[in-house]
Amino acid sequence: MNTGPTLRTPRSRALGLGSAHHGVGHFIVERVTAMLLVPLGLWGAWVAVQLAGQGYDAAAYWIGKPVNAVLLALLLICALVHVKHAMQVVIEDYIGRFITKAALLLLNYSICVLAGALGVFAILKAALSGAF
Amino acid sequence: MVQLALPKNSRVQKGRHHPAPAGAKNVKTFRIYRYDPEGAENPRWDTYDVDVDACGPMVLDVLIHIKNEVDPTLAFRRSCREGVCGSCAMNIGGRNTLACTHGHDETHGSACQISPLPHMPVVKDLIPDLTMFYAQYASIEPWLHTETPEPQKEWRQTPEDREKLDGLYECILCACCSTSCPSYWWNGDKYLGPAALLHAYRWLIDSRDEATGERLDELEDPFKLYRCHTIMNCAQVCPKGLNPAKAIGEIKKMLVDRVV
Repeated sequence: MNTGPTLRTPRSRALGLGSAHHGVGHFIVERVTAMLLVPLGLWGAWVAVQLAGQGYDAAAYWIGKPVNAVLLALLLICALVHVKHAMQVVIEDYIGRFITKAALLLLNYSICVLAGALGVFAILKAALSGAF
Repeated sequence: MVQLALPKNSRVQKGRHHPAPAGAKNVKTFRIYRYDPEGAENPRWDTYDVDVDACGPMVLDVLIHIKNEVDPTLAFRRSCREGVCGSCAMNIGGRNTLACTHGHDETHGSACQISPLPHMPVVKDLIPDLTMFYAQYASIEPWLHTETPEPQKEWRQTPEDREKLDGLYECILCACCSTSCPSYWWNGDKYLGPAALLHAYRWLIDSRDEATGERLDELEDPFKLYRCHTIMNCAQVCPKGLNPAKAIGEIKKMLVDRVV
């Protein structure tokens, strides 16, 4: 809490910059992705156990099936969207300094987007190489 | 950056010891936080050995006994002494509660530790500065908003609609809930806190109010409302047995209802 000296009235400090008029979208996305991750995560864990130790070709063949490739991409995207939203909340909770907060929020967003792009590319590459 | 230790001038030091009077048979020790921001001294823990046979059963009785008989410099707020006004809210034995309804025998351990409500500026000793807390409460505009011309008698409400206010209107604004909330500790300048949000819901759910949409507009904010992570400290410490976390959950549901 900022307790530095100020002549602003308590009312003015309580009102601050007013309402941002958003937040419900973030709230819904966090919960919807969490719900989707329950079946997708269980499915992903089961698949990981099945494919463990079978090598790249077997995995690429498995990913080559359209249903598997789509579900895997969904799992990846849901997980990263959830991570992005959840990490954003953690950063907003604990980082008070604006510059540090803005930098970490940007870093969080960038890492999730980059991981998503690389992951989807990897799935496509494996899927298409398995198909041909 | 992260601060792992208190600044030098905020470190709580060992304070004075006030022994029990000679002949006292039932002695209990109370460790009480002492601080005067206008003085040069650091905060300190004073210990008082109190003959609890000489005072009433509640912690507030002990504090009044100390102030009257042992140490008149001790500062604390109190008024109704029956859990109605909320003035004597403080942290007793590590838990926010009202000194007037908390028995001194309810605290376990060799000494009962008493400090002001956490994470608030201290006016003196056990008196926190609640200016911002009250301003945040006022910011939710805790009164009836209507556009319909006022009826000749009262605004009417069915018994069922009136029942919806139960568990909300009883809040006495003691600040036990807000000052026990970690989210309020870290972001108390932006997050409204459990008490203000419980009152916000009390007006949102009031069938006579005509500003539900505007009230929701004002609350939809990542900090004002969504800092609540359902930690539930608020419900655990509320001396009136209310559940602010549930009220906040209901506000979040109303916001979802509005867009889905």
